[in-house]
Amino acid sequence: MQISNAKYYKDKDEIICITCTLNGKNSAIPLDPANADYQAIQEWAKIKGNKIEDAD
Amino acid sequence: MTKAAELAKMGEVLTNSQIGGRRNIAYNGAMQISQRSTSETGLGATTGYHTVDRFVLNMGNTAGRLTMSQESITDLSGFAKAVKLDCTTADTSIASNERLLFVQRFEGQDLQQIKKGTSDAEKVTVSFYVKGNANATYTLELADEDNSRFVAQEFSVTSSWTRVVKTFVADTTGKFDNDNAHSMSLNIWLHAGSDFTGGTFTSNTVHTTANQRVGDNQTSFYDSTDRTFFITGIQMEVGSVATPFENRSFGEELALCQRYFKRMTAGANTRITSTARADNTTRARFTVHHNIKMRSTPTVEEVNLDLQGQDLSAISTVGSSDLNDVIVTRSSGTHSGGDVLEVHQLSNTATLDFNSEL
Repeated sequence: MQISNAKYYKDKDEIICITCTLNGKNSAIPLDPANADYQAIQEWAKIKGNKIEDAD
Repeated sequence: MTKAAELAKMGEVLTNSQIGGRRNIAYNGAMQISQRSTSETGLGATTGYHTVDRFVLNMGNTAGRLTMSQESITDLSGFAKAVKLDCTTADTSIASNERLLFVQRFEGQDLQQIKKGTSDAEKVTVSFYVKGNANATYTLELADEDNSRFVAQEFSVTSSWTRVVKTFVADTTGKFDNDNAHSMSLNIWLHAGSDFTGGTFTSNTVHTTANQRVGDNQTSFYDSTDRTFFITGIQMEVGSVATPFENRSFGEELALCQRYFKRMTAGANTRITSTARADNTTRARFTVHHNIKMRSTPTVEEVNLDLQGQDLSAISTVGSSDLNDVIVTRSSGTHSGGDVLEVHQLSNTATLDFNSEL
């Protein structure tokens, strides 16, 4: 899985998902621990140099 | 199936009080559904779902590459589709951690009838049709992902279609979790390094040792660019007898697959929605309801979509397994909050995907 541009997304003052480019596609990963992409991006973020940016 | 086998199966289902209902636990076994694509090339670097629904290629650490395609077939009675794997780059220097597996993953709540981890545990029978470019031996494995327990058997491939039938022992240790998480994998090992082959393989015996997972006679799919592997008619059922393949209609199978993945496509004259409501000049939102409850809240992905004629710069979502509010953003625009906008293709066919695969 190729992940880039990962950033938390806030809507109406609440963080609702992680936006990113996932395998070359504009993607939105929900904050659902049962979602396999959410699990994968949490593991990706543990790797040195990777970070999910804070929401605007 | 012989008459004797049919009678044996009848006796078994009567004994188990499972006269009606579906027998095949596997999804898309006839390889009918391919929402993502019918052919993908250059695969081998990373694990992923590429063509037919519900089948993932688990792969990595190899220079070998392949093309995966959904093929129309006419040489196997009763089946119209198969998956073909075609080696396009060989890898004969196999590092210890190399792997290539053709896999289907299952939720624990769909496996409770196997009664695994209890004194009443059932045998499981897996059957499928295979052929290749030449003789080969691969390994069929059931992997208990909740308890890291494995059981496997080798099977043979020839250049003609052959039905493989393998019955696995009942495992009275380690229950499957009764939830929507990944509890079991049906693995077909096609290439493996010594991390998986180094130990002594014991057929149809449950174990917990990584380097005993793959058979001693295993062929490497990547041994030659001549190598091909065709498969269809995958069935996994409770008990010790392989019954005839359970055919399901295209619509039934598609609905089953859409619990895990749904693709909406916008073409020249079709829109994802004509009623996205603008929050402001650059952002709008619309709701997509899932007729089939998805396994989890899905990831949302877009390709080539636009908002009222302008390319999307981002997509976000909030939702559940029942519906998603999809929020689409473009870099600039002239509309005001409350305007109703269209979401459709920019210049080429566009897709909006909902993915809750295991």
